[in-house]
Amino acid sequence: MGSYLLRRILVAIPTLLLISVLVFAVIQLQPGGFLENLLEDPRVSRETIENIRRQYLLDQPVWVQYLHWLGGIVRGDFGYSFLNSRPVSELIWERMGWTVFLAALTILVTWVIAIPLGIYTALNRYGPTSTALNFVGYFGLATPDFLVALLLIFLVLQSGGTAVGGLFSPQYIDAPWSWARFQDMLAHLWIPLIVIGLDGTATIMRQMRANLLDVLSQDYIRTARAKGLAERVVLWKHAVRNAINPLISLAGLQLPTLISSTIIASIVLSLPTIGPFLYDSLLNKDQYVVMALLMLSAVLLMVGNLLADLLLAWVDPRIRYE
Amino acid sequence: MDKRNNPLYLAWRRFLRSKPGVISGVVLIALYLVAFLAGFLAPNNLAVQHPDAVYQPPQRVYFFRDGRPVRPYVYQLKRERDPVTFISIYREDRTRPTPIRFLIAQGEPYRFLGFKTNWHLFGVAEREGYFFPLGTDQFGRCLFSRILVGSQVSLTVGVVGVLISFAIGILLGGISGYFGGWVDTLIQRITEVLLSIPRLPILMALSTVIPASWPSTYVYLGIIAVLSFIGWAGLARVVRGQVLALREVDYVTAAVAQGASNLRIILRHIVPNLSSYLIVTATLALPGYIIGESALSFLGLGIKEPMASWGLLLKDAQNFQSLSLYPWLLTPGILIFISVLAYNFFGDALRDAADVRSRD
Repeated sequence: MGSYLLRRILVAIPTLLLISVLVFAVIQLQPGGFLENLLEDPRVSRETIENIRRQYLLDQPVWVQYLHWLGGIVRGDFGYSFLNSRPVSELIWERMGWTVFLAALTILVTWVIAIPLGIYTALNRYGPTSTALNFVGYFGLATPDFLVALLLIFLVLQSGGTAVGGLFSPQYIDAPWSWARFQDMLAHLWIPLIVIGLDGTATIMRQMRANLLDVLSQDYIRTARAKGLAERVVLWKHAVRNAINPLISLAGLQLPTLISSTIIASIVLSLPTIGPFLYDSLLNKDQYVVMALLMLSAVLLMVGNLLADLLLAWVDPRIRYE
Repeated sequence: MDKRNNPLYLAWRRFLRSKPGVISGVVLIALYLVAFLAGFLAPNNLAVQHPDAVYQPPQRVYFFRDGRPVRPYVYQLKRERDPVTFISIYREDRTRPTPIRFLIAQGEPYRFLGFKTNWHLFGVAEREGYFFPLGTDQFGRCLFSRILVGSQVSLTVGVVGVLISFAIGILLGGISGYFGGWVDTLIQRITEVLLSIPRLPILMALSTVIPASWPSTYVYLGIIAVLSFIGWAGLARVVRGQVLALREVDYVTAAVAQGASNLRIILRHIVPNLSSYLIVTATLALPGYIIGESALSFLGLGIKEPMASWGLLLKDAQNFQSLSLYPWLLTPGILIFISVLAYNFFGDALRDAADVRSRD
């Protein structure tokens, strides 16, 4: 396992280098920049801007800038946010907690809901509940996340609710943790969870249903039934166990969608994650922040894929990485 | 050849057996027809502002007067102020019934197939009042007309984007799978890089490369370019896998033995055998482009005024206040939902009809 892990990490390095080139190129192609916008600000003198330029080597050739930026990343320095006048890494760490919390919680909730629903729809294929669930699944797949968010906000506002947007009501934002604050968070949390998770829930539910139907028609299920095992044992120990394994690789493939959903949901619902941060930085051309966040989302994706592969090896005894 | 053995005919028969597939096919044809005729079907010009009808709710169409069927008519709306909240509210002005006229020529001319015309299928005579079937936005522009004209952008972005992605994907995926070696390694690395960054952040970053000074038609092409730039990677990977499998097939070996050139083998022997597979993949990839464009435009990073697209129209519903006061601004979302759903069902039915799953 150790050598497999090492190999995966070594293979990821050239990919990450290429990603850094792409990310840097995209930012270089952007017309204008934060400092160009600053030129129009009468309160900032031309000398100040020239000084900033020199300080961050922005007057140097492009490849020097790239190497400087890359060298910084290796040392853990992601550059400086012109917009916030603070180092990028500090700003990202502040938002990373909520981002990972939201994404991880969504994965958990998605699986806890989608697997039983998938099993249910596979066992009761033509019932009205299954039809309704399938419809919700199609709805989830065919509706962009931001539209789901708008619809939920609309429904909550129509029914007289106010717990939309953000993760806390104003009076709890800076309050210390308490039971009331926790309840307030739960009241806000369900909207982002649905917005981010609906897509994944629908996919996993459909896949679980298809896998289970596949497995149930296998010979070893008939054998298990023929030797007189209880239906409960046949279903849970033989069928479901085998039907879940392919889903774990699917979880890895779902990660990019999950990250994208988290970003757009956070922008619409103004959640304190990296989503609105990326959006503001893009609009203000705060280049170091944008580059750091793009790199970070790629790293998150790679780590997630690696975790999914390791989990698969742990769950499925037939798979061994050596 | 006997018609019953023609594979295309057989696939068509299989397709007709899928009810959701046929219905979505009809829906898609209808949607594209509407987009094509948008200027004619829209009662108002998409850019004309009505300062006296800002945020006007949808007008109800009446078919009966005093219990008797009459020519369809609407009531003009009167703006009043709520005495307590000072929010403007609209009330039907029962003294002003306005008949809906069909085939009327009025208003700003629009372009249709290169001609300038101002014929509209229906509308209310300008001197008699307004007709806004789905209400208006913050500038008093007709939402219904904007949705119709916006469909031209929203529905074509996907098709053009998929075509470009496919051209690149087939070429690079084909080369990668056919030649192997270092070319393969290089192309695979590039696709891996593009697939390793989550879609939305990189799309957002790429769309800020488009200069703000560009006219909206250039921005439209720019958005298609951005979507295709990311989209081809997944397709190239799929094509590569298929080509790798087909390269070993007997008829390809035979073509090599006859001295056919590499390009000829790829284009004449391998790609035609992948065509059904490619068409199905393209159809199923299309919704991703529609959703991608709508998300970008919704965030203000995509299509810009004076063009319209469904995502851009939804941007007006972004703040919580307009969402609760003017819920009709959400209607463009219904069209995104319908078109994406239709493409999904249509693609599923095509896949079953072409029976390409067995080749995976």
